[in-house]
Amino acid sequence: MDELAIEVKDLVKSFGKERVLDRLHLSIPKGIVYGLLGPNGAGKTTTVRILSTLLKPDGGHVKILGYDTEKHASEVRKRISLTGQYASVDEDLTGLENLVMLARLLGYPKKQAKERARELLEAFRLEDAAKRLVKNYSGGMRRRIDIAASIIVAPEILFLDEPTTGLDPESRNEVWEVIRAFVKGGTTVILTTQYLEEADQLADRIAVINRGKLIAEGTSNELKDSVGLSRLHITIVSEKDLNEAKKILEQKLTIEVQIEGMTLSAQVNNPSLVASALGELANRQIEITDFSLGRPTLDEAFLNLTSDSIGGVEG
Amino acid sequence: MSHEMDHTRLQRVISGVKRPENPSMLQATLAFSSRALIKIKHVPEQMFDVTVFPIIFLMMFTYLFGGALSGSATEYLQYLLPGILVMTVIQITMYTGTELNNDIRKGIFDRFKTLPIWLPSTLVGSLLVDVIRYSIAMTIMISLGFILGFRPDGGVVGVSLAVVTILVFSFCFSWIWTTLGILMRSEKSIMMASMMVIFPLTFISNVFVDPETLPGWLQVRSDKSDLFTDYGCSRINARNSNLTRSYLSNGSCSHSFHHLCTTYNVLI
Repeated sequence: MDELAIEVKDLVKSFGKERVLDRLHLSIPKGIVYGLLGPNGAGKTTTVRILSTLLKPDGGHVKILGYDTEKHASEVRKRISLTGQYASVDEDLTGLENLVMLARLLGYPKKQAKERARELLEAFRLEDAAKRLVKNYSGGMRRRIDIAASIIVAPEILFLDEPTTGLDPESRNEVWEVIRAFVKGGTTVILTTQYLEEADQLADRIAVINRGKLIAEGTSNELKDSVGLSRLHITIVSEKDLNEAKKILEQKLTIEVQIEGMTLSAQVNNPSLVASALGELANRQIEITDFSLGRPTLDEAFLNLTSDSIGGVEG
Repeated sequence: MSHEMDHTRLQRVISGVKRPENPSMLQATLAFSSRALIKIKHVPEQMFDVTVFPIIFLMMFTYLFGGALSGSATEYLQYLLPGILVMTVIQITMYTGTELNNDIRKGIFDRFKTLPIWLPSTLVGSLLVDVIRYSIAMTIMISLGFILGFRPDGGVVGVSLAVVTILVFSFCFSWIWTTLGILMRSEKSIMMASMMVIFPLTFISNVFVDPETLPGWLQVRSDKSDLFTDYGCSRINARNSNLTRSYLSNGSCSHSFHHLCTTYNVLI
């Protein structure tokens, strides 16, 4: 049995002359939060729209839970749900009316549709707003009703296109909690975001997309490591130990070490070796006044990755 | 409220949910109809154009043109009412088109597209509610007409046939705006387009004046269009003088209905 939730091969899509997706590859395992991270215009929304059968690709193929999106669109639609970037509920209806309407469109008889709608409103803490028009909802409530509408029939895969864009931090945290709860319940969540922090906090794996191409893929830690930006700084007490310290570090970490005043610094590719290097310094009675191992933030990693790919295209 | 509690509740609502059978065409259509009805409930003002406007139009034209064109308002009303009935209803046929355009632009149509439904039900549902709108407008106008002195020769049967003819024709006609709703950029442009078509065509048809009095080049046009056949035929029905023409017109309506349905399916 295919254990991948989503398999994307050589995906190509152009709008007019502009190539939005350029041979995109993705393999997304089941049961995780998968983040599609990229700057505006990277092709995230287009990818999600193709994966959720709303757009047809120009080339390549997409398999969702083993079903081809073009040949078996209706099988795919039974198993997925999409919360788009824009309104996916009717603003001129109340929260309750929206959920009842969508439940009926999913095939619930009238009575069960109402029951299901109430159940969802309660779970999303929207009971009090049930009879208010959605256009009068706050940003956070709006997002919650959008998501509630997407899970009337619990999907196996839930697509969320920039679910927290424009939300205040509190509402954003609420949405994050909702997403975490879903994944615990076994849903695979595909999330697009331009916020690194969001990807870092939520996503088990992240695909960094730029200009329609996959430029990096992995856990957020792997991405940070792949940039190799971790930097070690050690300041020692006595000048006579400088050379010995340098030798120890170079030996233990197998990297080149620079000396600046009393500070030794180096780019660390394998941060786990640092501990033993420090131990060795202590063994040799070399006293340290300051020490830091700078882990690159996902921001740094992201900037590094995207600027590389831009350089690659233009240079 | 603790996050732990939220988690359990959220997990409960997504676990153990059995997927119901896909809705039938009728169920889906009815769900969209009730959506349109709920919107009327929330924004009753939108019913002005099927309640207040018809009254204004009928009163205004009857008393404005009546004396000049037919010698008396009551006399002119006999000629005007069937025509203005068609005109008023035709003017509200773009409703569903603009709504559809809204749905597509705002994004909710994307959600409908991922539902396991017969997709045209999104339109058929709201077009059926449009039929209710048309009926309200016509009921109001015919009642007001009677009060003002309209006495159709066709009697109850003739008037009913006229009403049915207009309903069928308008239902067909609204597919034009629905098609434009898919193609055009904003609801405003649909409004503009429909105004540009409906206004001149209404005034050069036989709604207000007998085409005999028009210059030759204008008369030719009024023979060739469905719109004019319908204007003519509702009048004829009301006066019960030539029923066959009305069936002819129905035939051509369903023809254009088929045509537009096909166009719609191809587009979607």
